[in-house]
Amino acid sequence: ATATMMNADLRKERAAATFQPELLTHILDGGAERTRRRKEIEALVINDPDFQHEDLNFLSRSQRYEQAIRKSSLMVMKLREYGIADPEEIYWFKSFVHRGRPEPLDLHLGMFLPTLLTQATPEQQDRFFMPAWNLEIIGTYAQTEMGHGTHLRGLETTATYDPATQEFILNSPTVTSIKWWPGGLGKTSNHAIVLAQLYTQGQCKGLHAFIVPIRQLGTHEPLPGITVGDIGPKFGYDEMDNGYLKMDNFRIPRENMLMKYAQVEPDGTYVKPLSDKLTYGTMVFIRSLIVGDSARSLSRACTIAIRYSAVRHQSELKPGEPEPQILDYQTQQYKLFPLLATAYAFHFVGAYIKDTYRRISGDINEGDLSELPELHALTAGLKAFTSWTANAGIEECRMACGGHGYSRCSGIPDIYVTFTPSCTYEGENTVMMLQTARFLVKSYTQVSSGQRVTGMVSYLNDLSRQRIQPQHVAARSVTVRINDPVSLVEAYKARAARLVEAAAKNLQAELNHRKSKEDAWNRTSVDLVRASEAHCHYVIVKLFTAKLSEISNAAVRAVLTELCLLYALYGISKNTGDFLQAGILADAQITQVNQRVKELLAIIRPNAVALVDSFDFHDVHLGSVLGRYDGNVYENMFEWAKKSPLNKTEVHESFHKHLKPMQAKL
Amino acid sequence: SVNPDLASERQTASFSVEKLTAWLDGGAEHTRLRRAVVEVIERDPVFSRENQYFQSQNERYEVAVKKAVHLQKKMHEMGWTESGPEFKYIYRAVSGDVAFLLHRIFIRSISVLGSDKQIAKWIPLASQYQLIGSYAQTELGHGTYLQGLETTAVFDITTQEFILNTPKISAMKWWPGDMGRSATHTVVFAQLYVHGKCYGVHPFIVQIRSLQDHSLCPGIIAGDIGPKMNFEHIDNGYLMLQNVRVPRENMLNKFCEVQPDGTYVRRGSPKINYFTMTTVRISLISHEVVIPLMKACTIAIRYSAVRRQSKLKPGEQEAKILDYQTQQEKLLPQLAAAYAFRFIDDYLQELFDRGYGEIQRKNFAMLPELHALSSGFKAFVSQFGTSGVKICLQACGGHGYSLLSGLPSLYTKILASCIYEGENTILFLQTARFLIKCFMAASTGQHVPPSVTYLAAVKPKKCPAKNKLDFLRSDIYTEAYQHTAVRLISSTAAKLQDLIQSGVKKYNAWNQCTVQLVQAAKAHCHYITVKNFVETVEKLETTTGIQKIMKHLCDLFALHGIFSNTGVFLHDGYISGEQMDMVTASYLDLLAIIRKDAVPLVDAFDFTDSSLNSALGSYDGQVYQRLYEWAQKSPTNKQMSPAYEKYLKPLLHNTLSKL
Repeated sequence: ATATMMNADLRKERAAATFQPELLTHILDGGAERTRRRKEIEALVINDPDFQHEDLNFLSRSQRYEQAIRKSSLMVMKLREYGIADPEEIYWFKSFVHRGRPEPLDLHLGMFLPTLLTQATPEQQDRFFMPAWNLEIIGTYAQTEMGHGTHLRGLETTATYDPATQEFILNSPTVTSIKWWPGGLGKTSNHAIVLAQLYTQGQCKGLHAFIVPIRQLGTHEPLPGITVGDIGPKFGYDEMDNGYLKMDNFRIPRENMLMKYAQVEPDGTYVKPLSDKLTYGTMVFIRSLIVGDSARSLSRACTIAIRYSAVRHQSELKPGEPEPQILDYQTQQYKLFPLLATAYAFHFVGAYIKDTYRRISGDINEGDLSELPELHALTAGLKAFTSWTANAGIEECRMACGGHGYSRCSGIPDIYVTFTPSCTYEGENTVMMLQTARFLVKSYTQVSSGQRVTGMVSYLNDLSRQRIQPQHVAARSVTVRINDPVSLVEAYKARAARLVEAAAKNLQAELNHRKSKEDAWNRTSVDLVRASEAHCHYVIVKLFTAKLSEISNAAVRAVLTELCLLYALYGISKNTGDFLQAGILADAQITQVNQRVKELLAIIRPNAVALVDSFDFHDVHLGSVLGRYDGNVYENMFEWAKKSPLNKTEVHESFHKHLKPMQAKL
Repeated sequence: SVNPDLASERQTASFSVEKLTAWLDGGAEHTRLRRAVVEVIERDPVFSRENQYFQSQNERYEVAVKKAVHLQKKMHEMGWTESGPEFKYIYRAVSGDVAFLLHRIFIRSISVLGSDKQIAKWIPLASQYQLIGSYAQTELGHGTYLQGLETTAVFDITTQEFILNTPKISAMKWWPGDMGRSATHTVVFAQLYVHGKCYGVHPFIVQIRSLQDHSLCPGIIAGDIGPKMNFEHIDNGYLMLQNVRVPRENMLNKFCEVQPDGTYVRRGSPKINYFTMTTVRISLISHEVVIPLMKACTIAIRYSAVRRQSKLKPGEQEAKILDYQTQQEKLLPQLAAAYAFRFIDDYLQELFDRGYGEIQRKNFAMLPELHALSSGFKAFVSQFGTSGVKICLQACGGHGYSLLSGLPSLYTKILASCIYEGENTILFLQTARFLIKCFMAASTGQHVPPSVTYLAAVKPKKCPAKNKLDFLRSDIYTEAYQHTAVRLISSTAAKLQDLIQSGVKKYNAWNQCTVQLVQAAKAHCHYITVKNFVETVEKLETTTGIQKIMKHLCDLFALHGIFSNTGVFLHDGYISGEQMDMVTASYLDLLAIIRKDAVPLVDAFDFTDSSLNSALGSYDGQVYQRLYEWAQKSPTNKQMSPAYEKYLKPLLHNTLSKL
């Protein structure tokens, strides 16, 4: 009976909220209708007995892989049965089935099929697409090698064209050239799209994609010339068979090179593609997904930590009174509420990038690539900024749950290990920041030479005007009003301008000293990363602030304004040095900012639980005993622990094997 | 053969690695002894960790028990004893991968809190493993806040027994190691009640499992708490007590006793019950934080010297990633921190030994300082170390996420140290309470303990540095740290007083200042760490080359702290904006200098390949070959996955074609 009752603390918290969580949920989903549909799909999955299974925390890696494969096969069938075809709806369905975890068909569905659609010729589509759609062919995307990741030009796998047989000969010439990490490669796939350096007529033509069969249809045994397997246990990703692939003189027909753009003719003549910027499109898209993932993963961790902090009582605030909820401690609020604000900020940034991509992808299809470089630079930086922040934030949430956060029953360890690789995949974060920096420096150089720049970097235009005055750039004092988000956007803008300029000038100084551009760039890279971070930070504060004016419900707008202020002010208080050194804020203002942050914590406190309820994660999806909606934490921890593998027998076999003999001997 | 990229790093070392190792060990004879112990352990296949990354929780636990049992045999065979000089190297040699660690805490708590009679009864039994002990303090509902524990021990005068109970679910003991499956006995911390009066938390020895067949004793419910982020080899347990009776003599009574008539007698400071925690906090710094951080640095730095990626100069070979400034800026400060914490550990040990001597003589004067320092440094070092290991992990790109890199397990293990033996935020606040008290005392001219006398000293208002080289002067940066610590402590103290004077209740005022108090406590620990590093370097002979590189590391550690917290130093204008640019310049210059010795500096930690257990970090740098070989040993590659027959085959064989 107790299990169905809501914990009294949580009930009280929910009753005291100043706004309706559903309204905020609608905003996050993009409208009430989207919320309704999401919940409909969620119910389809959660009420389906086919998708039930034992708690994954108690299963071995092999068992988890097996469960994932089972659910993935069912998922594909059911998606078609229900006629779900919208990409976002597919994403929801998949994410409910796998509860936010990766699964072995991810690469098949997310990379293999789309790459066929965008890069295969009509003939190739006829040959591969339907079998792949029906899962007779399961494919993966084999790009990363043991020796090279983000630096693609360094990949070593070769595909040498043999005009005599009209075949490509694929080779992994070194240990470092072994394909390493592709998901679904280890055990699941029978085909792979392999990226290799193309050699024809004795010349290297750079990286190209080839469709390579790797396992025998029917027996699933590796084909002769193919060595393939699982790369072993990782930090999380237990469901995924990340694999290795080594090819020894493995031949595929000429027609297996993806030839919609670049081509190799039967005699070996190479035909160049029209533009190589097109691949930017896919990268922008995937990195924008990571921004959204950052938001969702951080939201899940915040939901768990904040609900638990409302349920957990500890120590005393007032002598003689009952122990308070730990959410009432300032240090706890200071850990969690800025992260809550960050989760909201990232949601809006993720939605913005998705919309922007959608908007300009029409232009891309018509060959207008003018907006792509900026969007590409922006998403690289935002991917890095949001994934780093969310990564640290998830850990902070876990730590805020004390010892119980460390137990897998909290669900946070799982969120963390599932999310953390996004700091590395699809572009290592430091390298991403430096890509953004390259764009920023380029824009700065344009401004210096009298051109104007547009878009998110247009603040750099102001720098040329200030150069007339002798003093330091940002020494022009921005009159910062610390309760006005619009004014704070200006402060962030000034900081970004100052750091971009400082990095660009340091780079120039290094160039004046040394000849090599690369060397100068390397010696400035710490500054350049800081400049990119400041730029991204500015963009996020700007987008969050812009979002506020779109919100019609006054109560919701009020609480989001508080979160936006907290996000902006907390960011200042964590980077006071930048604002002080540039003269954007004075000592006294910094003290005010710090004070205001703490006031905002107290202001947000009554709405904290409602703000995480608005994320609307179903308990099954959340996968956390600490973060349960009903707050019945302790009794359910006990129930959970009883199922632990070590508890399967009353006396563990080690007792008879090791303990007892020792006691007898000593 | 050694990878030429690593070999070349070693040829250019500016100092003797062997000499640095010996110095870190406290003398060449200690190095010899340590290596001898390590060799004995590593030669014995029972202690191998080769398959560790592939094992399940059940297997890990069984192996840990097996190793613990075997270790007893080995020690006996080698003539090693718990009080012998070899003992401290054993734990390092087995990399903590053994059971019965809490058994040792059980023994220690009896030795510290038990009477001579209790020691005489229990210690021989425990040492001979006639029983296996645990230490049951934390409950489901309460951790660091000990007064809140809910387990009860009621004295029954008629039978001269204590009756122990778990009155509600949140009172269940939760987390104690070795308790889920192994322990036969445990020290239970419970609220003592005599004649209906509560005397607070006290320790009781309770038997929980039969010594015959290991079944649970009557009134006991115990088991394993389930999978965690790490420590799969430890059976952290839960324990529920239902009217469990233990004799009066089972309450550990060196400092407090319930006499047969129910009279409660206290001897010495009531704080003494927490002394075990102080001991544990200090001892964990070395084993659970400094060593993992050193290992992570070793792995990440060696790998960064082997991994080549992208080009720095056109036409040249791809560059070692260690040559990228951003990579240096990630790793080298962690390396400097590993050294800094190695030295702070010495400082704390020394202080602790002195304090312990005093306590043995029943002089408790040093307890507050010891408690404050052990709390603050446990928090400071574990927090810094955890983030350091994480940085190392993420600096290894994708391969860092493979368990075979060794880094994920180092990370998930070290991060637990931020929670156990006192949650870090709470520990910082305990240190802050001490600092505020001392600051008040110092400002009224009263005597304060030596570590905080600086709070009373008068300071110049501005940093005197004139150029970037000035920031390589230890007096300049040490003063900057001192100034900042004093400013943060004094401004928080002032704010506290203001609030109280304006009528805010004391507890409320405290809560409203806690964010700043934590910051102040960190600043204090950071200052002491820098100061201690400087003093350690000053004590070194100048001739060996070691002093020079240690000075660079010390500078780097100090400047990294300023570079990463610029606002705190700029805030009152102590360091000007212009000076901050000098700090940055000096800091970045140092990276390039230390870069040259990075590999020798990690070699000096002297970890064997099997203790690193990392495909990326081995001494020979044959990274890719090893990664490939190890991966093939994965059980996932040994057999055809059952998933194929059950699910993949039907899938591939067109059961979907009906769609």
